[in-house]
Amino acid sequence: MKDTVDSYVTADGRTIGGVMMEMKNITLRFGGVVAIKDISFDIREGEIRAIIGPNGAGKSSMLNVISGFYHPQEGEVWFRGQRRPSMRPYQVARLGIARTFQNIALFEGMSVLDNIMTGRLTQMKSNIIQQAIWWGAAEKEETANRERVERIIDFLEIQAIRKTPVGRLPYGLKKRVELGRALAAEPKLLLLDEPMAGMNVEEKEDMSRYILDVNDEFGTTVALIEHDMGVVMDLSDRVVVMDYGKKIGDGTPDEVRNNQDVIDAYLGVSHD
Amino acid sequence: MTVPDMGSIPALLRRNAQSFGDQPAYREKEFGIWQAWTWAEALDEVEGIALGLLSLDLQPGEHVAIIGRNRPELYMSMVGVQMAGGVPVPLYQDAVAEEMTYVLDHCGARIVIAGDQEQVDKVLEVRERVTGIEQMIYLDTRGLRKYDHTHLHSLKDLIAKGKAAADLKPVLQSRGAALDMQSTCVMLYTSGTTGKPKGVVLSNHNIIETSRNSSDFDHLGQGEEVLAYLPMAWVGDFIFSIGQAYWNGFCVNCPESADTMMTDLREIGPTYYFAPPRIFETQLTHVMIRMEDAGGLKRRMFHYFMDVAKRVGPALLDGKAVSGSDKLLYRLGEILVYGPLKNTLGLSKVRVGYTAGEAIGPEIFDFYRSLGINLKQLYGQTEASVFITQQKDHEVRPDTVGTPTPGVELKIAENGEVFYRSPGVFQEYFKNADSTAGTKDADGWVATGDAGFIEADTGHLRIIDRAKDVGKMADGSLFAPKYVENKLKFFPNILEVVVFGNGRDMCTAFINIDLTAVGNWAERNNIAYGSYQELAGHPQVLSTIQAHVEEVNVSVAEDEMLSGCQIHRFLVLHKELDPDDGEMTRTRKVRRRIVEEKFADLIAALYDGSSSVSTVTEVTYEDGRKGAIKATLELRDAKTHQVAQRMAAE
Repeated sequence: MKDTVDSYVTADGRTIGGVMMEMKNITLRFGGVVAIKDISFDIREGEIRAIIGPNGAGKSSMLNVISGFYHPQEGEVWFRGQRRPSMRPYQVARLGIARTFQNIALFEGMSVLDNIMTGRLTQMKSNIIQQAIWWGAAEKEETANRERVERIIDFLEIQAIRKTPVGRLPYGLKKRVELGRALAAEPKLLLLDEPMAGMNVEEKEDMSRYILDVNDEFGTTVALIEHDMGVVMDLSDRVVVMDYGKKIGDGTPDEVRNNQDVIDAYLGVSHD
Repeated sequence: MTVPDMGSIPALLRRNAQSFGDQPAYREKEFGIWQAWTWAEALDEVEGIALGLLSLDLQPGEHVAIIGRNRPELYMSMVGVQMAGGVPVPLYQDAVAEEMTYVLDHCGARIVIAGDQEQVDKVLEVRERVTGIEQMIYLDTRGLRKYDHTHLHSLKDLIAKGKAAADLKPVLQSRGAALDMQSTCVMLYTSGTTGKPKGVVLSNHNIIETSRNSSDFDHLGQGEEVLAYLPMAWVGDFIFSIGQAYWNGFCVNCPESADTMMTDLREIGPTYYFAPPRIFETQLTHVMIRMEDAGGLKRRMFHYFMDVAKRVGPALLDGKAVSGSDKLLYRLGEILVYGPLKNTLGLSKVRVGYTAGEAIGPEIFDFYRSLGINLKQLYGQTEASVFITQQKDHEVRPDTVGTPTPGVELKIAENGEVFYRSPGVFQEYFKNADSTAGTKDADGWVATGDAGFIEADTGHLRIIDRAKDVGKMADGSLFAPKYVENKLKFFPNILEVVVFGNGRDMCTAFINIDLTAVGNWAERNNIAYGSYQELAGHPQVLSTIQAHVEEVNVSVAEDEMLSGCQIHRFLVLHKELDPDDGEMTRTRKVRRRIVEEKFADLIAALYDGSSSVSTVTEVTYEDGRKGAIKATLELRDAKTHQVAQRMAAE
């Protein structure tokens, strides 16, 4: 039903648009190791798309292909109807794709506010000299950027740690700050690499709410990798399942849950 | 000065908008910046809210529930409800759906104004059980856009809708004109530690007269700055942030979020500040811990000048004479220590500070006063529109709650219970005539439920205990267990105390040590212990506790009325009193009767003079299993003091 290109409305009233990003027959090799083997799937405008799979299935590699960090040996990446050539990560960022990392990658010595401000980098146009002497466009730009960042701080409810150095924060909050930095780039597509790894139930619930709210309030398309099945099944509209670099399932959470290949990959099969 | 056009809160708002419309009425920190509303803007918004409520067909006298954290729009909503002829009923925002059900059902609110999605969800959950709720209004749109909006309105939309409806303006005018001193201003629910919450109905007269009297008492003016961070459902917040704020026209500042309160406090620098003892205590602990981590020079300087402050500060605040050299030292300390410290705490501009609600430890109280912060105590309750007694400047002591607020009369009943009569006395408990009659008599005297006495020479009221806990000892002298227990609990080593003596010839006590404090002490002094029980029974611990008890006996003995409550014998319990074992309530209040039954053998030993006692106590583990612990406890005698001469001399 959802293979049609037309947009549709989900049960909770969100509108899912046409295809935003399409991965066509992607194969990625590291030397002799095949990390991703001939995988195709798409991400539609406004949806929450999950990539799941056991350890070593190639999920993070897939995310790195989407973010332009890895260049697949075979296959094509299409973004909004155009074939995307090999790009450097900053060029991908300018296309409106932002990400968070599995192992938090923030500037530990800088405040939360400054860390999130770095997410505005792609939006800044004044040059280094203007910024250094705080003149002309630089001043106006800073104010506008700060305003945007303050809205994100408000949205993520981290006002109390605005001026706190990131290094002093607990893990769950760092994850939230990282999400804030990704949001500061005003992405059209947000890539989240295990946003809930290592969190307790309460932190997971909070994070889930933020992901849903980001999708709902800003209309941001979200692609995420996650291990917690409960979270994935609750959050996502469609799920891609990978195992040993291959795609073994693709569909709504219910479809995936009942897919025999998926069950086998997760629970194992007896060899007799 | 009860001019007819000042007979309601909305009327005061109009006056303020007219007299100083360009002055700030509200500030809230949002997006990192303090956003302000002037009185003129506030009036415009309140009118908009009132019109919006009229568009939902609000009837005169109708209750409108308001739930959320302290935000200007919610305060303005309360006044908007009043302007449209309704009665605001603020609820505790942290109440779970269950507790909310009772109150919403009881007040019969048809319209609910909620702060955000969390509160909306809670009310939606409750709505299945409470039939009355028809319309909901919310402030923060986040996460709510996809909700069914047939009975749900964003405040902004509602204001726009109300302002657009031309036919509502005359209705608003007539509703406003109908308000006078006799009409109901607000209904506040008491927190309900005893039984179901009761809806206390307060009139405009109650709120405005009380605000006027208490403002005169402390010379509050238009220039005050306050931080509104205590629950909006609490009567104190209503008096400070609406009553006194509208009467004087001062600005109410709302924090960015609950977590940023301390930062916001520092940025605002309130001149008029209220906090329960718990907040002062936490702040002091933070200061002390951070000082321990500071460098040697700073630490020495801090301790030296704090000693000076302790000696000189309170005397200076009380306007007493201080030697020239002390004055000079204190001034130097102000520059080096007190000033920066007060700035860090956000208290440098406090002109009038209050604490109330429960007893505050004298050292905590003196610490703030010695810094030059005019911290005072007051005694009040919802039924009195807060104020019963307050401490005058220069007449501040940690052990009294001050003299009656202007307009308040006090009397002490036969059994020691405090009664008062004042312009602030509530109208009635909503839908509860029995309780009203049981609390307020025909002449307007209200029973507080607290026992106390008025000091003959100073006129200060002293509260000693809940009236129902106060008894008589065998020789007829007053027995007030909590008075002594509180004194003991101010020692960090002591967690809990239960004093016995009702109907007996002497007082005795059970004591629980504080494992953190005593454990810390044991660690520093290399005292090995394997369990709570072992530490509690350690002779050195017992000696420390004995010293505390004897110190308290000295101070109790100074009190003519209560000198009989000195503790003659005590023991340190081998287990902590625990709600799981039914010895305490979930809010950690000792259940006296159960403790008396359960430990009857220990009490008997305290009174039969034996020096040790063996006992077996049943305990419940967290998973519900039961076990027993055996212990042999040492009983100690404490030194007591004679005061009979003073009694005889009278």
